[in-house]
Amino acid sequence: MSEWRSRLRRWREAAAERLPPWWSRALAGAFIAFGIVLPFFFPPTSGFMNATIIAVTYAVMALGLNVVVGFAGLLDLGYVAFYALGAYTLGWFGSGFFFKAHVHVLVSPVQRTLAGVHLNFILILAAAALICALAGTLIGLPTLRLRGDYIAIVTLAFGEIIGVVAVNGQSVPVGGGMTLTAGNLGISAVDQPYFPGIGQFNLLNLRAWYWLILAILLFVLFVNLRLRDSRLGRAWIALREDEIAAVSMGIPLVKTKLLAYSIGAAFGGMAGAFFGTYYTVVNAGQFQFGFSIFILAMVIIGGLGSIWGAVVGGMALGYINNYLIPDVLNNLPSKFGLNFQLTQVEFGIFGFLLVIMMLLRPQGLIPERRRRLELTAKIAAEDAQLAEVPGSAAGPT
Amino acid sequence: MSQVDAPAPPAAAALRAEHVTKRFGGLDAVKDVSIDVPEHSIVSLIGPNGAGKTTMFNMLTGLYRPTEGSIYLGERDITRARPDVITSYGVARTFQNIRLFGAMTATENVMIGHHARMRAGLFGSIVQPPRVRREERETRARARELLAYVGLREAVFDRLASQLSYGDQRRVEIARALASEPRVLLLDEPTAGMNPQESQRLTEFMRQLREELKLTILLIEHDMKVVMGVSERVTVLDYGEKIAEGRPADVRTNPRVIEAYLGRQD
Repeated sequence: MSEWRSRLRRWREAAAERLPPWWSRALAGAFIAFGIVLPFFFPPTSGFMNATIIAVTYAVMALGLNVVVGFAGLLDLGYVAFYALGAYTLGWFGSGFFFKAHVHVLVSPVQRTLAGVHLNFILILAAAALICALAGTLIGLPTLRLRGDYIAIVTLAFGEIIGVVAVNGQSVPVGGGMTLTAGNLGISAVDQPYFPGIGQFNLLNLRAWYWLILAILLFVLFVNLRLRDSRLGRAWIALREDEIAAVSMGIPLVKTKLLAYSIGAAFGGMAGAFFGTYYTVVNAGQFQFGFSIFILAMVIIGGLGSIWGAVVGGMALGYINNYLIPDVLNNLPSKFGLNFQLTQVEFGIFGFLLVIMMLLRPQGLIPERRRRLELTAKIAAEDAQLAEVPGSAAGPT
Repeated sequence: MSQVDAPAPPAAAALRAEHVTKRFGGLDAVKDVSIDVPEHSIVSLIGPNGAGKTTMFNMLTGLYRPTEGSIYLGERDITRARPDVITSYGVARTFQNIRLFGAMTATENVMIGHHARMRAGLFGSIVQPPRVRREERETRARARELLAYVGLREAVFDRLASQLSYGDQRRVEIARALASEPRVLLLDEPTAGMNPQESQRLTEFMRQLREELKLTILLIEHDMKVVMGVSERVTVLDYGEKIAEGRPADVRTNPRVIEAYLGRQD
């Protein structure tokens, strides 16, 4: 086993040496090009397109949470709160929900005739990011002084509180007979994106939606990559590694953590706003605790702290959850004469996947560069040890 | 408080603690200790295990807040300042049990030391205008210079800190502290785990640091040879209290110090 592993490692090192330095950039470019032309291979309303859009949105959320958990090492168990806030931003500023108001900014001629607040989707996206970043700052300011597990508990509570507020918001008046949320009924008939020059989005053609969320993903990805290799990214890693040493070296603890938390929150809000318009309804029932864990699972399966890992983890769980289980394998048990459908046991499947991952590849699908370095160093040391004592490789270890 | 009768300290002190006390519950880890570190000097803080030396360091660098007393850096009161702010004022330290960032390379560790001197904020980090790129490049170059300065081989500059040898880890820690461009350097048992030759070399290096970088150095040290060889002044703590202070030769013959180290001879 170890010989096999070291041979694989040597092969990989040799490959890395032979490839030109622009290789990784070219690879990324090819992936982006592939992502752009992907919809042309599928019917515009296919179930696969739908699953892809959801999977890409998950990837955006995973990237956001990865900044918080992966980069800065703050275990956030209430990330769904920012999904909710982002979705409600869309509900408030992109529907007839506030029916007494008449505000229209850069929306389609049809939407312009409707009551309520109607802003262009880009503005809503920015507002969602801003509101979530503010909320993140507000909740983070008192809590980020805490350490490790305590942050997890507080964020968990924050997620639950936002969920409860969403449900009970229908009895919170905001004046003129209007309420804060529509509770479990949901804010429905939300605007679908409209861009002057491009036109009105609708659910009969999913391609436009796909390109929109792909653009959001690329933006978030770009910000992530830039932050990782910057002064701020370094400070996050340092805080994650050793808080005491980091503050002694001049890194402001609360401010740096707060930045991680609110940037992650902003990305979650953007994804939430997109889901709001894509699902055409903002419903309090969408924001369950389980979803926070689901996104966390994406980050961990992808590889904690790894940007490409978060993308792959988010897409993988997105496809499994929205395509593989419901569309492809759902009737599998009945073929074996079993009387249930796979969607009924999906949590069991996720749990199984997570356990398998932790056993076979605890560092994630695409481990962070640092973790990989640590790991290869460990393996190299093991190899050296085995080489020193002849015959010990065959013995029980 | 008993600060009223304290004589006005000389203006030349780079770092000064006045009647500092740190209480943990019922335990006085440090009790009414005053230390004066004159500009451009090397001062040692010695004492048996548990005497409160590291607690003192933690107060000087802002990790602990003194229960009583004040700490000044030059003329500035830093008693209640946060550790990162104190670092930006010009105090840097190393740790007794090395605290490098294990998952970062030696170079990156030293770049962290420069954090307080860098300007790039959130938007600078994302947009990366030429100003930020230049800053990043200069910081990296400076970090490598410092690593060479403390005597690290270039081959290990990009190795993870956790994979470096013990001696190299100590070197990187000093380089990381120097990267914050300090005026005062606090070294917590820098020769721990070193053999006599290495200790001797470090002693010379401390002198070199003082001359070349115009540093003031305060160190905690157990190796008496190092203490006697390098420091102009020595402060001795025992059970959180200052029991002696002065030139190394005087402190060595002080009966209370001998008693603290060797026990009472009846």
